[in-house]
Amino acid sequence: MAEKEGKIKLLGCWASPFSRRVEMALKLKGIPYEYLEEALPNKSPLLLELNPIHKKVPVLVHNDKILPESHLILEYIDQTWSNNPILPQDPYEKAMARFWAKFIDEQILTVGFRSLVKAEKGREVAIEEAREKFAFLEKEVTGKDFFGGKTIGFVDMVAGSIIPFCLARLWEGMIIDVIPEDEFPELNRWIKNLKDIDCVRECIPHREKQIEHMMKVSERYKLA
Amino acid sequence: MANEVILLDFWPSMFGMRTRIALREKGVEFEYRDEDLWNKSPLLLETNPVHKKVPVLIHNSKPVCESTIQVQYIDEVWSDKNPILPSDPYQRAQARFWVDFIDEKMYDAQRKVWGTKGEEQETGKKEFIELLKTLESELGDKTYFGGDDFGYVDIGLIGFYSWFHAYEKYGNLNIESECPKLIAWAKTCMQRESVAKSLPDSEKVIEFVTEIRKKFMIE
Repeated sequence: MAEKEGKIKLLGCWASPFSRRVEMALKLKGIPYEYLEEALPNKSPLLLELNPIHKKVPVLVHNDKILPESHLILEYIDQTWSNNPILPQDPYEKAMARFWAKFIDEQILTVGFRSLVKAEKGREVAIEEAREKFAFLEKEVTGKDFFGGKTIGFVDMVAGSIIPFCLARLWEGMIIDVIPEDEFPELNRWIKNLKDIDCVRECIPHREKQIEHMMKVSERYKLA
Repeated sequence: MANEVILLDFWPSMFGMRTRIALREKGVEFEYRDEDLWNKSPLLLETNPVHKKVPVLIHNSKPVCESTIQVQYIDEVWSDKNPILPSDPYQRAQARFWVDFIDEKMYDAQRKVWGTKGEEQETGKKEFIELLKTLESELGDKTYFGGDDFGYVDIGLIGFYSWFHAYEKYGNLNIESECPKLIAWAKTCMQRESVAKSLPDSEKVIEFVTEIRKKFMIE
């Protein structure tokens, strides 16, 4: 029997979608936690001690247990606190949720940020390639309030932390619209639905600050 | 309930091997179909339109893609025997962490060992051996990564073992001298029927790599 009692500490960064999604989950489940802000890109000794392999946020500490990697943290939270479930119970539905979450963090992040910023074949081509990937998500959310169905779930937290409140701010800074409403009506509707959810709304980083932050990050990435 | 299980796979794929092992651990009957990756079947393209990759597990006509997701799915559906993941949420997270680590780092590193030359290969070899040493250190003195029982991390890593002779030949490496405990672990895993049946012969893999190198003219 997993123990729910004890203190939770979350090492995070205000601008990190990976960190924000963990906060969404903690708030959804009503789990109190102590938040420690990492002043990235400088990494604190605590971060390096807790996550020596990847040296990244978020890291969740629950009593003596240390958990890095946002997907692992979300599943751990869901298995330890069973109220307001994040993942479906059905094994097939669960497999699909994990599949989309992986797709978002790998492919969507690549086309929505990396390829777009480097734009090796030019910006127009990069945007087209991004739209091809977003089309899969558009299809997946069609006819549903959220990826999770009637209520938000794992995929909503993963996609919700990255797309509207991180990538979209980068695109604003670059003065491009990667998922215009006329081409992606379902995704845009989903974004509007998300903003009505308390635990999501409380985790949206400040718009102007984040646009500025994403422009800085993209400059650093271009030079890397 | 009738269970129809089809696995679309490619015999040298270390990812496909994971799913094969998991199905065999659970005693699930399945139909294995080998794909020609240079001429992908309509079924593969239809069941994995997003990535168009193997392996694809089709259970009662419903496709599951991505080897790690398949292994977890198999563990959850056929939960009555040979558990693959720990039941404790924290131990489960730790097991998944290591397989994610393997997925993030191993494929690219091993690719450089047999698929590149010169400086790129030397860098790749160093990275690869370092990775193996990190994994060996995580294994420690345990029989399996999870302890006494064969499980998720073992399944996540063992497929690469069938490629070790190819890495040694083309990378000019001696993996056993660098990571003796890891080799001992691999040999223990190979004694399990599910593993022995699911991994191809090392010599066949070497032949395959030789062909690929010719195709991409890596000299």
